[in-house]
Amino acid sequence: MTSMSTTSSAPRAARPSSRIVVDDVRMQFVLRHNRSLKELAMAAVRGKDLGNTFMALDGVSLTVDSGETVALLGHNGSGKSTLLKLISGVMHPTSGSVRLRGRIAGLIEVGAGFHPDLTGRENVYLNGAILGMDEAAIRARFDDIVAFSEIERFIDTEVKHYSSGMFLRLAFSVAVHTDPEIFLIDEILSVGDEPFQRKCLDRIRELKDEGRTLVVVSHDLNMVSELCSRGVVLQRGNQVFDGSAADAVAHLRSL
Amino acid sequence: MSAHDLTAQPWTEPGRGSGLLDVVRRRYLLKLLVRKELRVRYRGSVLGLAWSYVKPGVQYVVYFLALGIFLNLRGSIEDYPVYLFSGLVVVNFFTEAFGNATRAVVWNAPLVKKIFLPRELFPVASVWVAGVHFVPQVVVLLVGAVISGWRPEVLPLLGAVLATLIIAALATGLGLLFGSLNVVFRDMENFVDLANMVVVWLSPVLYTWNTVAQAVPAWVATLYQLNPITVAVELYHFAFWFPGTVDTPTSSLPPDLLVNSVVAAVVAAVVLAVGQLVFRRVEGRFAIDL
Repeated sequence: MTSMSTTSSAPRAARPSSRIVVDDVRMQFVLRHNRSLKELAMAAVRGKDLGNTFMALDGVSLTVDSGETVALLGHNGSGKSTLLKLISGVMHPTSGSVRLRGRIAGLIEVGAGFHPDLTGRENVYLNGAILGMDEAAIRARFDDIVAFSEIERFIDTEVKHYSSGMFLRLAFSVAVHTDPEIFLIDEILSVGDEPFQRKCLDRIRELKDEGRTLVVVSHDLNMVSELCSRGVVLQRGNQVFDGSAADAVAHLRSL
Repeated sequence: MSAHDLTAQPWTEPGRGSGLLDVVRRRYLLKLLVRKELRVRYRGSVLGLAWSYVKPGVQYVVYFLALGIFLNLRGSIEDYPVYLFSGLVVVNFFTEAFGNATRAVVWNAPLVKKIFLPRELFPVASVWVAGVHFVPQVVVLLVGAVISGWRPEVLPLLGAVLATLIIAALATGLGLLFGSLNVVFRDMENFVDLANMVVVWLSPVLYTWNTVAQAVPAWVATLYQLNPITVAVELYHFAFWFPGTVDTPTSSLPPDLLVNSVVAAVVAAVVLAVGQLVFRRVEGRFAIDL
């Protein structure tokens, strides 16, 4: 690997085409129930550990190449959302490392940055900026975003008056009109009614064809095996399968 | 699909930004966050932003009645209305900025937990919002000062600019410090409210510094004068009150104001640096503890 002017050192497992390298990542949560002064003092005096710990990810490694569409699969509590959060940078791993190359947009939850008291228009600008777009870029894409969401009439209405479908459509629309090289998508494909869902999937396929890298977490196994080229199955914080999406779905069903 | 060679692109570690520098880099987002906070603060309120006049206005009238008239401080301090107000706007700027910055990360929990942003944006936006409330108060102060015979002078006005910067840096630094700790221990916001109340009464806002110097040992008085908030308040007196007075001797301003200002600026810068450091240390736990 050639040395470059990097903000971070190149990870060991990196290939020239790698976008994401997750290297032996562990994520431990401390389940603390007691934190009042009395309990803290008691714990200090007795030298007792404050609460028990829980290993959400236990040594997961994963390298994702540019243009790959990877599904993270697993039952509830398997650690797939935690892994996605580590890739997005919302959390830092207890040990191990995560390295990225390129701009990233995490749709950890569509509409997380939306505020109910702002209008649709204001939310588009706020969310676009949150997802890393500058003012000019948002302005240039504003009409496309609104057209895609199909809520033109309500764009100057406060979002709290939106139906949940309208809200998700606008939020999804902002997210897919940002211009990142890496998309992280967590359970968002249950957006809106069937026609709109199809439109979302078409848009995601477009992103995929443009060579963007997608990491998807979803329980909709049929959709995942249709959309993704590769599947990684997690079970209780361990990676138990890595292969084609169809095989991964079959493996998960057999668990 | 053609093979991708990305070796020219640098590797980055997700979730590790450059702190306050990123806030400067993403100032458009900062602007939108400030606008959002202002909008949300006054949602469904008829008076809207006018509340930012009403609250300090009422507070001012109450202090003036109780201290200026009932305790007759206006008899011993020339232009007491201007003296009181010029100190009060500084302290109000500080307490609002500090209080809100401390709560900023917790208030923005949904965002902090789901999307990675430079989290320093939230406390900084809160300080900025306090600044938006502060500016109209300064305008009112200027009008009042002019009516009392005040005329602008260069050096005092530079002092006021320095005082404003000291307060902004101090509030941001303390906001980063207590705001990050507040994620882990929610006691911090109560502690900060208490500290803010103490600040109003222990700064030379309602009375003059001589009163303090006469009542406490010399070393306490020196410490008192080194408190950056005291310095900022005195700089505002120097800028907006003192030039308008006629009978007041120069000794009514504290000695060594220039030296104290330098010390206060350094202290504020150090507090800002420490706040940033602690914030970065605690930041890794935000998404877990919120």
